[in-house]
Amino acid sequence: MALCCTIVFLYAPIIVLVIFSFNDSRRNVTWHGFTFKYYEKALQNNNLIEAFFNSLSIAFFNTLFSLILGTLTALLLWRFRFSYKSVYEGIILVPIIIPEICIGIALLVFFKLCGWPNDLPWPLNLSKITCAHILFSFPFVAVIIRARLATFNLAQEEAALDLGANHKQIFKNVLFPHLKPALVVSSLLAFTLSLDDFVITFFMSGPETTTVPLKIYSMVRFSVTPEVNAASTILLLITIALAAIAIWIQRSWVQEIEKP
Amino acid sequence: MGARDRKTMNRSIVQLKGISKNYGTLEAIKEIDLDIFEGEFFSIIGPSGCGKTTLLRVLAGFEIPDSGSLYIENINMQNVPPNKRSINMVFQSYALFPHMNVLDNVAFGLKVDGVARDEQARRVKSMLSLVKLSGLENRLPQQLSGGQLQRVALARALIKKPQVLLLDEPLSALDAKLRNEMRQELIRLQKNLGITFILITHDQQEALSMADRIAVMNEGTIQQVASPSDLYEFPSNKFVADFIGSINFIGCQLSEIDGDVFKVITRISKDAFTVEGNNSLRIGQDCWLGIRPEKINFEDADVVNSHHNKLSGVVKNITYFGQASMYHVEVTGEKTATINVMENHSQRSRHTTNKVGDSVVLCWSIESSSLFTS
Repeated sequence: MALCCTIVFLYAPIIVLVIFSFNDSRRNVTWHGFTFKYYEKALQNNNLIEAFFNSLSIAFFNTLFSLILGTLTALLLWRFRFSYKSVYEGIILVPIIIPEICIGIALLVFFKLCGWPNDLPWPLNLSKITCAHILFSFPFVAVIIRARLATFNLAQEEAALDLGANHKQIFKNVLFPHLKPALVVSSLLAFTLSLDDFVITFFMSGPETTTVPLKIYSMVRFSVTPEVNAASTILLLITIALAAIAIWIQRSWVQEIEKP
Repeated sequence: MGARDRKTMNRSIVQLKGISKNYGTLEAIKEIDLDIFEGEFFSIIGPSGCGKTTLLRVLAGFEIPDSGSLYIENINMQNVPPNKRSINMVFQSYALFPHMNVLDNVAFGLKVDGVARDEQARRVKSMLSLVKLSGLENRLPQQLSGGQLQRVALARALIKKPQVLLLDEPLSALDAKLRNEMRQELIRLQKNLGITFILITHDQQEALSMADRIAVMNEGTIQQVASPSDLYEFPSNKFVADFIGSINFIGCQLSEIDGDVFKVITRISKDAFTVEGNNSLRIGQDCWLGIRPEKINFEDADVVNSHHNKLSGVVKNITYFGQASMYHVEVTGEKTATINVMENHSQRSRHTTNKVGDSVVLCWSIESSSLFTS
């Protein structure tokens, strides 16, 4: 019973959103029959498509840079001992904790002060949003990679060294395969975080650089047509698919190899 | 295994000269001098925390000694990193690469050296057949049993044809039966390949049954280096005597020196014993008489031997092992001490020779005991 309640409570709004994306009614208040036409409409909406490509580009570059920065941070924290290390570890986690609205405002002021140009050509016009996304994505990557590194058996590294491998070969053949599932999972996470972000993006965007969540929001301000529902459903599906892949990788890759 | 032929070796392949290593204030190993000969099966044994693992890591190159020098094949290893040493190691946890199958694990050392693919394949094949793993090439480590993992670890280390193979407690994770099998296997491999094996263990049975020579370590220093039988029969100090096998220690005072033969008075019963000498002792000095349980006999009225040392006591307890029984005999004088006596059951019988509560006289010959400083 409690289970049913929580499921209804959690998912009823989303299910309603998905169902009403097929509603054959402009007002979208009552059910008027099944149709795909608002999906067609959404997919023909050039502004929405443009926002979609912006979102994907930002998510892609965010993932790439977050992965590099997060992995390097995790390796640094794992491998080296230095003074104030615990302080450094704490500072890295701060972007996860502080309210997005604060990050948004802070970045707005920051970019203003440093005079970041606004009229760059594509894709450089997305650089502000991408930088902002990297800021809150890479700590997640660092945390995931760090946790994975903690399970690494250091004797394997010594064994590889003993067998004549140099540090590059050890990284490539021993450490990287161990990290691979965490790298995939954390990049999927960074990708979805970026794809779904609204608050911080809202402060960073301009007329040329709108993303899917922002576009949907602006559409809602005019009227809640099934087209909004359709666009939201597509975003939802992409997010769910990425999360599912992440979970599947975590389950199969890691457990298959490392069962005792 | 004591009967195994001593090879014509005695050419040092590993030399340690005054090696020390500290961790903070803890002196893990102190001024170690050691020569290990080409082609021998050498074992380093000691209680946990004695520094044997540190010594092994110094040999492999994972630890840099604070002082002293290490030579392998007469080359100073000071600035030679682990991946440039002709030494390979079998890790206690095996440390196989979990994402690689048996073939890739074994081939790893050749792959990183850039050995041609066809030669890699040829050498892996012959190595796998040597360690009896043919047919398991495509298994992942998690699909293998403990014994098979051990063989993969061995094959992976041996494929590089090292001059020295280090084995860190290699049998500790195996069950008793498999351990026995692997002991024979290791001896066979060592003989076939002629590679110097250095085995680190805390298990004296393992060391005694496999090694040509054994170094006993305690508190960061080497106590004695000797063949298994020398170590057992002629331990050079009380620690070695106590660590290898079981032994009785009887507190004594040296009263008389007559050439090689020493006379001592026991502190418990004031009996006098005649013992083979220990040159580091002076008259009047306190010492320990060490005698192994199987070297003590019960006095038999029919056999008279004036050379035998005698001590009387009462049987307090008997532990029955099947092939032998251990008597716990209490000797009372000014103080009370328990002496363990091992009696082999060479004849079939339903009863042990003596029963609990019997008064017995223990005796042993001059040659079978040793004297140690306190």
